[in-house]
Amino acid sequence: MTIAPTRAPAEKGVQLVVRSWRQYVVYVGFVVVFLYFAATQGASFLNGTTLVNIVTQATPITIMAVGTVFVLSLGEIDLSIGSTVALAALTAAVTLQVSGAWWVAALAGLAVGAVVGLVNGLFVTLVRLPSFLVTLATMGLVAGLAQQITNLQSVPVTDEAFGWLFGGGTLLGIPILIWWSAVAAVIGWHVLRQRRFGAHVLAVGNTASAARVSGIRVTRVRIAVFMLSGTTAALAGLLYAGRLAGATYTLGTTDLMSVLAAVIVGGTALTGGRASMIGAVVGSLFMSMINYGLLLAGLTVAQQEIVRGVIILIAVSLSLRGKKGS
Amino acid sequence: MNPLSLSGISKHFGGIVAIERFDLEVEAGEVVALVGDNGAGKSTLVKIISGVHQPTDGEIRLAGERVAFRDASDARANGVEVVYQDLALVDLQPVYMNLFLGRELRRKPFGLLDRAEMARQTQQLVDDLDVRIPTAKATLSDLSGGQRQAIAIARATHWASRLVLMDEPTAALGVAETAKVEELILKLKARGAAVLVVSHNMEQVFRIADRVTVLRRGRQVGTTRVAETSHNELVSMITGLSS
Ligand SMILES: Nc1ncnc2c1ncn2[C@@H]1O[C@H](COP(=O)(O)OP(=O)(O)OP(=O)(O)O)[C@@H](O)[C@H]1O
Ligand SMILES: [Mg+2]
Repeated sequence: MTIAPTRAPAEKGVQLVVRSWRQYVVYVGFVVVFLYFAATQGASFLNGTTLVNIVTQATPITIMAVGTVFVLSLGEIDLSIGSTVALAALTAAVTLQVSGAWWVAALAGLAVGAVVGLVNGLFVTLVRLPSFLVTLATMGLVAGLAQQITNLQSVPVTDEAFGWLFGGGTLLGIPILIWWSAVAAVIGWHVLRQRRFGAHVLAVGNTASAARVSGIRVTRVRIAVFMLSGTTAALAGLLYAGRLAGATYTLGTTDLMSVLAAVIVGGTALTGGRASMIGAVVGSLFMSMINYGLLLAGLTVAQQEIVRGVIILIAVSLSLRGKKGS
Repeated sequence: MNPLSLSGISKHFGGIVAIERFDLEVEAGEVVALVGDNGAGKSTLVKIISGVHQPTDGEIRLAGERVAFRDASDARANGVEVVYQDLALVDLQPVYMNLFLGRELRRKPFGLLDRAEMARQTQQLVDDLDVRIPTAKATLSDLSGGQRQAIAIARATHWASRLVLMDEPTAALGVAETAKVEELILKLKARGAAVLVVSHNMEQVFRIADRVTVLRRGRQVGTTRVAETSHNELVSMITGLSS
């Protein structure tokens, strides 16, 4: 760690404004894009169904974003979440056929995610490999397993309870998927800001050596965070299986970029130690809104991908530029 | 019973002898300086006492009781606080979180972090020690090097029950900031703590220490009262050249 020279107060004030402006990129972006779609598409965008759809489409991304905030806070990355979605969904669907019990299927799916996370965590901590490499490898491995277990076949999910809980149910008149998003966001925020665990994750991501001499069990924290990340990916898999009434090996394959974009745009630093849970959740809604708006605008899939890529690049540059070490 | 007593401490790294048969007693309310050239073994000795390294040979006693620490947090739990050369703070967190790092206060009944109470206790501590920072809620990276080192020492003051070790606490600081840190060390001494401080700065040794012990290539050359030695004598003990 280096010691920064004492800065003049005026310069500090300017830096403070610049820093907080970057933290708000996602909120400003959200409002700007919202107003743009509202102005250009009018009532076809500004109606209850569309707005509910934006939130429910985002649910798997929102939930994975919660896990990814913890991973990035550590200064690590988890590239395996996208393929974990498919493996967990297929595991749950197959278990449901075999056991017939929705909760057994759900637990089996979540366990798959936790195990993938445990493997990632063990390789990062005990074998001391960079998480980038470890999760790149497990990403491929898990995707292979997902293709293997059902031999590329889709598996239908017909269980009513499972479909209600992870897909089309409503509770107090509100779609169950919105409940999932809200619960994940609140728990994620609570653990990050109000629990010792969250404080320890941020400390380890900031300066691991300082955390260690302060008595924080650094290895345990790292493994727990990877398990959390794997479990949120598995939960996202269950939500896909419930909503689409089936599972296939292609689920979640394009989610990694959306999740990382949502979290980074939301103000969480890739370098660790700095995180925003609310920003990440708004980021995931932002990504979903862009997808929906582009669809409504009648763009082809190829055009949508191009525009989405450009928007992500702009938003990420605005929120990341010069963030660390400035 | 002295807060710290070391007898016959040795440390080998493979074939390298970093410390050989080191003896020292530090009394309560006493500041002992540990001096020596680069590579003499000063940091190694601090790390042995603070549980980072285990001695190859010898005995560490805290208040008469023999101890063998598994790691740094074990030593901390036994009332040994360390102010490291490289700070050991987390600079993206507020001052109060640094003060309570690894020992965060929680509120009953749900065990939520008690940020308000941590900030309050931190504010009181920095006010008591006359450390001038904008607020206990300031982010550490917004403070100057001297302010940060003062926070590290305030943390040691807050938690130390018997012994504080400091490895070159002023190495990176300017004149005014060094003076502030020295003032804090003397406050720590006035509170009855035993302080062992590594320093390269002879003027500083004469300003703050009661006694000084000299290491040369892992060997303990001698220990003397500061009042009974001179700058020249210390330098020749450190270098091995007579002046
Ligand atoms: N972990 C280690 N493994 C092997 N050798 C080590 C290790 N730590 C220290 N040494 C060696 O022990 C000797 C003493 O090192 P130490 O860091 O204690 O010196 P120092 O007195 O603190 O020096 P400085 O004034 O430069 O900080 C050196 O020769 C160093 O190379
Ligand atoms: Mg040293």
